[in-house]
Amino acid sequence: MSDPVLTVTELAIELPAGADRLFAVEGVSFEIRAGETLAIVGESGSGKSMSANAVMGLLPPGTRVAQGIAKLDGVDLFHLDDAGMRAIRGRRIGMIFQEPMTALDPLMRVGEQIAEVFEAHDVLTPVERKARALALLTEVGLPEPERAIHAYPFQLSGGQRQRVMIAMALALDPVLLIADEPTTALDVTTQAQILKLIKELQVKHGTAVMFITHDFGVVADIADRVVVMRQGKVVETGTAAAVLGDPQHDYTKALIAAIPTGHPAAAPPSEPRARDVVLEVEGLTKTYVTSGGFMRPARVVHAVKSVSFDLARGETLGVVGESGSGKSSLGRCLVRLIDPEAGSIKIEGAETMGQSVGQMRIWRRRMQMVFQDPYGSLNPRTRVGRIVAEGPIAAGVPVKEALAKAAELLSMVGLDASAVDRFPHEFSGGQRQRIGIARALALDPRIIIADEAVSALDVSIQAQVLRLLADLKARLDLALIFITHDLRVAATICDKVAVMQRGEIVEMGPVAEVFGDPKHEYTRKLIAAIPGRSESGPLGRVRAAGA
Amino acid sequence: MQTLWFLSSRLAKGILVVLAIVVLDFFLIHLAPGDPAAVMAGESGATDEIFLQQLRVKFGLDKPLLTQLGLYLWGVVRLDLGYSYRQQMPVFDLVMDRLPATLILTGAAFVFSLVIGVAMGAWAAANKGRPLDRLITTVSLIFYATPLFWMALMSVLVFSVWLDWLPGFGFEEVGGHENFLERVLDVSRHLVLPAVTLGLFFTAVYVRMTRSSMIETARMDFVKTARAKGLTERVILRRHVLRNAVLPVVTLAGLQAGQMVGGAVMTETVFAWPGIGRLMYEALLQRDYNLLLGVFLVSAAMVVVFNILTDWVYRLVDPRIEVAV
Repeated sequence: MSDPVLTVTELAIELPAGADRLFAVEGVSFEIRAGETLAIVGESGSGKSMSANAVMGLLPPGTRVAQGIAKLDGVDLFHLDDAGMRAIRGRRIGMIFQEPMTALDPLMRVGEQIAEVFEAHDVLTPVERKARALALLTEVGLPEPERAIHAYPFQLSGGQRQRVMIAMALALDPVLLIADEPTTALDVTTQAQILKLIKELQVKHGTAVMFITHDFGVVADIADRVVVMRQGKVVETGTAAAVLGDPQHDYTKALIAAIPTGHPAAAPPSEPRARDVVLEVEGLTKTYVTSGGFMRPARVVHAVKSVSFDLARGETLGVVGESGSGKSSLGRCLVRLIDPEAGSIKIEGAETMGQSVGQMRIWRRRMQMVFQDPYGSLNPRTRVGRIVAEGPIAAGVPVKEALAKAAELLSMVGLDASAVDRFPHEFSGGQRQRIGIARALALDPRIIIADEAVSALDVSIQAQVLRLLADLKARLDLALIFITHDLRVAATICDKVAVMQRGEIVEMGPVAEVFGDPKHEYTRKLIAAIPGRSESGPLGRVRAAGA
Repeated sequence: MQTLWFLSSRLAKGILVVLAIVVLDFFLIHLAPGDPAAVMAGESGATDEIFLQQLRVKFGLDKPLLTQLGLYLWGVVRLDLGYSYRQQMPVFDLVMDRLPATLILTGAAFVFSLVIGVAMGAWAAANKGRPLDRLITTVSLIFYATPLFWMALMSVLVFSVWLDWLPGFGFEEVGGHENFLERVLDVSRHLVLPAVTLGLFFTAVYVRMTRSSMIETARMDFVKTARAKGLTERVILRRHVLRNAVLPVVTLAGLQAGQMVGGAVMTETVFAWPGIGRLMYEALLQRDYNLLLGVFLVSAAMVVVFNILTDWVYRLVDPRIEVAV
């Protein structure tokens, strides 16, 4: 076996004074060999990104390596000066990040940004740099590389930008590629393509890859070996097959168990009863027309295109699709955050389209939304009790009564009643999402629309919030519309699913039918792209054993 | 081609805006009590109605207001801004005579404040939290808080009266110059104090804006990407951070350019700078309606032109912006 490219021994990273713990990372050791992919898995705050940043010499201000050795081909990385470390970055170690939308300089052409890597290390002449940039863009599979090289990042899609990042990271043929959640922000199909690209390039160049992720599905697809981290410590390490197939540590077991399986929830709808339809949607349409400029034709985007469905009490409809498929627009049209231009929305049999703003306010109480971002969707300067009570107060409920009910709701979603007097920043992401759910429930709605409500959460937290939603739905006899890009989540929680593509529902039906026997090409494509899907793989075996 | 289209369509809109401002100004001025005839008659000591009436007929003030407006607008379209009976000259000539001085003053102050402001702000941001940063932000806060006229008076006192380094008033030495170059040098010497005084307030704004914008930009993901490439901190700061951080400053500068024309009134008065700001001040005291309207029109036009220029510059620096035509 070849010598390791990177060896990290007993790494400890000190956090600034006043943090919740002394060390971000403690006693972490691992090694990566050429051509090998090491996945570092963990939830947020586990220290996985910190470890990568330490190797790259890019620790955030205030933190520092307190102890440990990192050797890259025998060079001690932690004892290099600034210039020495700069010579390593980009040349010996390449890095790609999670957010392709923000990781590229918006004001600089893509080609120039790639050429910058050569410039930083003073290799090649300017003309050669440009030629290499073009070759790299071709290699990472960017369509029309001759044009793309002159494009600005905003002209490229998320997946294309991530390809540019990969081209940049691999420009100087580094021995190690650090990929920090490189596919987390991407759609499943794009994710599958990017994972495939990384794998191909790795085989071709013999690069060692340090792959940081929270997603065991991705791990199953790409990793040779796995390091599982929790709160700054390594809890388990081994080959991918061993860790996924036979996890030893309780935490690893819990993480793997928390992955939505993609199989419908075990319990079928209890007793068959008359469907009590609360929402009927017909021919709902929303079109955006971008004003065409001079010598530029106007562009018509069908965000929602004649969408029809109905929903009964106690039912959960999953709306799945990739970004831009119109699933969020649909949710927003339903609560009329945006105005659909055609179609009918009947709530409990009454038409709500074409009603005045005043009448709409009454209907809105019946239909409430839970948003994706638990950080952005709560006003940071408002106490939690007030956030939850705001709707009822606006609807005329006396303040005292509304606040008392808010406390009740907060305990119903599993928070301490003292939460009423605290501010959103005092809560974790999962807790904030519970606050968002309590807020939605405050107006006694019949229908809850959850727009990517668990996408920003770690798997274990995700599982808890999903359980809460299912539990509330049953207790309060709600109808639930669950918008998500994650088919595994949809399969776990929903009764029926609607698959959306370019504003249209291309397939709709009971979960088991749609996912078990997809009729539409697009549905099949989405399902094929789910990471870690193969039943014969290590994850599949785990599931089979657990089932 | 697109730039030409952009500029011409913005210009057309700008002309409409200026005309609307002219109409508004026209009514506002006539809302104020007293008219030029009364003021002139008062000054000459003859206050009887017949004389007043004669004056009004002479100036066209006897006609209905809307007719006066119509006549005025018709004049404006033909670049005839009326006649200033106080100055005994056509308003257009008066304004055009004074405009260059104001353009030189505001232009110099604008460039000074932007260059120094962005440079100082960037320098402070690069040294965030260190004494240099604190020094720059404190000094800029002091300039920001000091009234313009007081700063003007103090700079005359210090640099002109005490130190005798620079002339404290006027546009140039009376008595002509040997050649063009000598004249340029002379005007430049006269320009320093008013331009710097007018510019300092705005410098302070740009320093603070640039500094906070740079600190914010430095936290962006693409800066980390640049580090991961192995670029030096200097290159990262200049090429990635500063370029992105300067965008909001450009927006602000466009808005401030309009304010600067207003600030010029005060500065020109203190430094006896023969620009339209001082002309406006004189016209105001003398109830010289036509002149006042002319000055308003020109300053409105300047603000509009500055705004178009800002949008155009913004298009150049930010490829994402396709300014609505």
